[in-house]
Parts: sequence; structure tokens; C-alpha cells
Amino acid sequence: MSAAATLRRTPLFERHERAGARLVPFAGWEMPVQYEGIRQEHVAVRTGAGVFDVSHMGEIETSGPQAEDFLQRVLSNDVTRMPERGAQYSVLCREDGGVLDDLFTYRLGPDRFLTVTNASNHEKDLAWFQEHSGGFDVEVADAHERWAMLAVQGPVARAAVERIAEGELPERMRTAEVRVAGVDCLVCGTGYTGEEGVEILIPPDGATAVWDALMEQGVSPAGLGARDTLRLEVCFHLYGNDLSEDRNPFEAGLAWCCKLDTGFVGSDALRGLEPEQTLVPFAFTGPGIPRQGNPVHTEHGDGVVTSGTLSPCLELGIGMGYVPVAAATPETKLTVDVRGKPRAAEVREKPLYRKETSG
Amino acid sequence: MAEASYPEDLKYHAEHDWARIEGDQATFGITWYAQDALGEVVFFDPPEVGTSVTKDGAYAEVESVKAVSDVFAPLSGEIVEVNEALEESPEKVNHDPYGDGWMVKVRLLDPSEVDQLMDVGTYKELLQSGS
Repeated sequence: MSAAATLRRTPLFERHERAGARLVPFAGWEMPVQYEGIRQEHVAVRTGAGVFDVSHMGEIETSGPQAEDFLQRVLSNDVTRMPERGAQYSVLCREDGGVLDDLFTYRLGPDRFLTVTNASNHEKDLAWFQEHSGGFDVEVADAHERWAMLAVQGPVARAAVERIAEGELPERMRTAEVRVAGVDCLVCGTGYTGEEGVEILIPPDGATAVWDALMEQGVSPAGLGARDTLRLEVCFHLYGNDLSEDRNPFEAGLAWCCKLDTGFVGSDALRGLEPEQTLVPFAFTGPGIPRQGNPVHTEHGDGVVTSGTLSPCLELGIGMGYVPVAAATPETKLTVDVRGKPRAAEVREKPLYRKETSG
Repeated sequence: MAEASYPEDLKYHAEHDWARIEGDQATFGITWYAQDALGEVVFFDPPEVGTSVTKDGAYAEVESVKAVSDVFAPLSGEIVEVNEALEESPEKVNHDPYGDGWMVKVRLLDPSEVDQLMDVGTYKELLQSGS
């Protein structure tokens, strides 16, 4: 493929090739979609530990006396409530409330923050930050080149990282500077799978050392395919599927991270908004696999699938989609039009997969 | 199956489908290359017995966790049997693409169409040319 010449590669590219990865273009990067198989990798993360190379994700560092004031203006959540060494999820909104990205921000110091962006939105987010930083005593820096990133996830993921770390790992939703496999890293108690685990930000030239040490600890490489099925089972949003500039965070079920009183960009448009549609998780009650873009029919009107897959843990077609608010109650019957075939589904509570009852 | 294989006794179609000809009937499936490219098959949506298939036309769908693929008919005819075992165990397509992973049996409409299919040597050349 001629496009391969222009794709970016993470510092772990050769490790992926050696591990037998199938590499595909993703958001301008050549990324491993799977190694052994999506199902095996998914199960490894649910039952043991898996590591995902997510170095394609971007980082923006915001620092300076008014860093907090600035982030309070652009991010939807209440940044003042994030303690030092804390983590917080938020969305970045346009003036009209459309979602530009969903992001995790870490508070590294009183006046220093690191925000992780989706790869496909990084340049856009960075420009948005810079554009809105006028009038604030703040420095916004593109930190993408400074960090590789690994997500180590699964019930024994923390134990595996602890064995190669010098120092204590941060708790859930906290971050800490920890030496891992001899490399000074920023370890974060966050993830995208619904499992215990950490995400490790690593200086790029140390990425292979951390990767190799994780392999020696028996952690399985896992690709973006499993990352998608894992996040969908626990109903985490994927930007570009479940979130877009054409949808606002209220429709997307993200009102909990929109603190209107903070006066963030987009808050005026969202105030008093009554969405007509809302994002719901659903499961098929018969055969078939829903896919992004499939039309949804309900007795209250129509909607659309934004994410769909076969759930490796539930062995059912599952997905998320926007439906009329009246059809959003769990157990509401849906019909999903899968390439011309009507498939029976019903709205479910989230998460679709819950460890206590299913595992 | 881990190792690529392409039986000598089959006829091949450029969309990576095979046909095993037995008189005026044929069995269809997808090749090792096709199942490998697709990844683990998790769903097979068969056509109904009695329906017609047209050479080069899509007659069924196979799905991996990640993607959907059409399955193309190497020859024209009428479906006389579908592999119902694939409903419960679609992964047979990966484990045994030329045996238990067969998809449909067809009564051929025009057996002379067979001449337009590739033998194994030509199909392997096609694979090596990178398509």
C-alpha cells in the first residue's frame, strides 16, 4: 500500500511485527489491530493481563499561573476539583455544544496539567487550546513527541507492573512518577477496558524496555481490535463513533462530566437543552452483529447504531446507538436493520458486561 | 489452520472462493487466504435452500469480530444445501476451510462456467502477485 509511506510508527513498531501483529492504518498511524486474534486478546485482558500500545494518542501539556483557569474554560468538567496527582475525564465542546473530543486530564502539579487526546483529534484539539489561550497567562505545548503510551489492563495487570516498578503505583484515577523497567515514567490509574490496570506514559526511547519487561512478566500483547470490543462491553464512548461534533454531551449521556456553572465553552448552549435522542447500550436477542451506521427502528421513532460488535464475553451482538428518548428505557424492543435484515434487539443497562455476574 | 494450503482438486475464483465440482453439483467455500485475511469467523449468514446464486455475485456474509465480508459464488446455480453446522460453530471456516468449513452445495446451472475458474497453480500465482 502506497499510503504506508506516510503513516507514522510508534517506537514499538518492530516489537509488533515480531509478535506477529496485523498492522493497519489508524488515524494516520500504522497500528496493531490484532496479534493472535481479537477474541483471545479480549479474554486475556478479562482474565489475566494485556498490554496495548496506544502511543498514537496525543498529549497536550498546559502550564503557567492561569493553567487551571484556562482549562476550566475549555474543559467541561470542574477542573478545580481535580487534586494534585489526580485524573479527570471531560469533553471539549464547541460553542454550540458539539463534542470536539473526549479527554483525560492529569494534574501533575498546582499549575501543570497533561491532557491525553484521541489521535485523530490531536491537531484539532491543540489548535483549539491555543486559540482559546489568549488572555490567560498559560503555556500550551504539544507533548505528543515526548511520550509513548502503554495501557496495561486486566485483573493481574497491576501486579505485573508492580514487579517491574521501583515505587508504589498510583491508585485508580491518580497519577505518579514511577521508575518502570529502569525508565522514568508517568503511571496513571486509568484505562479503557473496565478492568483494573494502569496506563504508562514513557519517554519514547524507553518504550521498548518497558514493553520487553512486560512480556517477560507474561503480559499478552493486545491490539486495537480487542481494545474496541473491551470498551464496548463496558459502554465507554469512542470518539468518531459514539461522539462527534454533531452530537452534544447530554445526548451522549455525558452530562455527569459537564459542570455548567464553570462557564466552559459550550455551557451556554447546553443550559436547558432537552435532547430528542440519547445514546443507549443494546444487545441482540437473536442472531446477527450490529455495525456502525445500521438504522434502528423503535415504536417511538428511528435511530442509528454508532458502535457494534460481537461481544466475546457475552457471545451476543452488542452495541450502542442513538434512539428517541422515549425508547431509551432498558428492555425497550429495538429492530436493527443489518444490511437489509431486521434483527431483534433490546435496550440494556450499562455496562453490558459486568464482571460480578458474567465472569 | 495455521499453515496456508490450497488443495489440488479444487477450482478457484479471484475473490478467494473455491468450488469442488461433483458432476452437476458443486460445494463452495472460502480459501485459506480469505479466512486468514478475515480473522476468526464469528458469524455466518447463509442463503436459503432453493434460492439462486449467480457466478461472481455475493450469496452470503461472513463476519469476524471486526468486519463483514461478502462471500462470492464461483459458479451459478441453485442452493440445495447449506452448512447448518456453521450456525453454531462458524470458526470451522478457519479451522478447516476446505472440509467442515464448507458453506453451500449448489446444483449448477451451466457447468461450462467451470472453465472460467482457476486451477490451483494459477490461483497461487494470483496470491503471489499480491492481490
